[in-house]
Amino acid sequence: MALDKNQIAQRIAQDLEHNMYVNLGIGIPTLVANYIPKGIDIEFQSENGVLGMGPFPFEGEEDPDMINAGKQTITTLPGAVLFDSATSFAMIRGQHVQLTVLGAMEVSENGDIANWKIPGKMVKGMGGAMDLVASAENIIVAMMHTNRKGESKILKKCTLPITGVNCIKKVVTNLAVLEVTKDGFKLLERAPGVSIEEIIVATQAELIIEGDIPEMGF
Amino acid sequence: MINKVVKTIDEAISGVESNMTFMVGGFGLSGIPENCIAALSKKDIFGLTCISNNAGVDDFGLGLLLKRKQIKKMISSYVGENAEFERQMLSGELEVDLIPQGSLAERCRAGGAGIPAFFTPAGYGTEVAEGKEVREYNGNPHVLELALTADFAFVKAWKGDGAGNLIFKGTARNFNPLMAMAGKITVAEVEELVPTGELDPNQIHTPGIFVQRILQGQKYEKRIEQRTVRIRE
Repeated sequence: MALDKNQIAQRIAQDLEHNMYVNLGIGIPTLVANYIPKGIDIEFQSENGVLGMGPFPFEGEEDPDMINAGKQTITTLPGAVLFDSATSFAMIRGQHVQLTVLGAMEVSENGDIANWKIPGKMVKGMGGAMDLVASAENIIVAMMHTNRKGESKILKKCTLPITGVNCIKKVVTNLAVLEVTKDGFKLLERAPGVSIEEIIVATQAELIIEGDIPEMGF
Repeated sequence: MINKVVKTIDEAISGVESNMTFMVGGFGLSGIPENCIAALSKKDIFGLTCISNNAGVDDFGLGLLLKRKQIKKMISSYVGENAEFERQMLSGELEVDLIPQGSLAERCRAGGAGIPAFFTPAGYGTEVAEGKEVREYNGNPHVLELALTADFAFVKAWKGDGAGNLIFKGTARNFNPLMAMAGKITVAEVEELVPTGELDPNQIHTPGIFVQRILQGQKYEKRIEQRTVRIRE
């Protein structure tokens, strides 16, 4: 069975380490916060100017002055701090934020990512994504393996305008966990019940497959 | 003590003209100078260049100026919530310079801090780096970005005093302190204007030296774009 979006988030949450500072992008990445393993403390940064982001507020307690980068109402946890946008990107560019989880429209085998523009169709802007991918030491991409037409989003070369070059380290999709190595995508894990052949068929890029490929554990 | 208080919104925006460059604070609709934007949208000024992280929504924030086609060019990082904006951009009526959010923030800060340009890794190898100088530092390529300044910067704070000192609240701070630094004339509208001396100097975010005019905002709608809540268990 291919994973759903929540399970992709759950798998990524397994990579979180104690006392990490993490920035979560919009979409599937936001869901990662729901699956933090027990005994692990994480501080979430949102690039509009908050560190120590908590869950959504209870109804009636929404504050227009307290939002995340997706413009959703949020709360803060004890120890949280607020700051301006330049300070926020100092944390990002200066590599103080240790892990970035982002969505993508396409990724390529040299580690490029495209997630901000479809020429002539959708031009919303890159927001903070270009700053994040250019500087983050560790970037995990959370995405569906194929688009709505069934075409692979895991490519030899991105076809859309890219957001950053040679930057992503790992991709977690509904079918597989892939590591970006200097030789290309290496298949690390497959979704429960998904065969290696199914993953190969859904992947336009070459896959490096060595030995037994374990199923993801939940 | 220098007194920067202006009593009316007309006084606050006096001197604005067509073809000027404005900075407008806020992230999404959080921390936008609502009163100044509303007043600007009623003035017959056109051909504006607006530097703002976002472009408001169709009927609020900078969307009001877009609707009247007062803006010629937007310099932003994300414009996803405004259908009229997207229409004007795709049809070529509106010139749009999309730049990475961190570069936008730093370009404003640099403009206010007297730093004409800086190198950043953001955008290297992408179309935003086209035509820009690239240099390697510590083995990695960086893109030259130029500082931004504006004829007017319109910012919004939670509290302010007669000297122009500002305190922001929550994530409504965002671009406001940076743009306050970079305006030739910075107009700050505040939810609560207090007499000079009442703010604790330790708690002030933006020193009054960056602010030329300060105004008690008449009313604040403070619209929420994405109301997200959790269920009480």
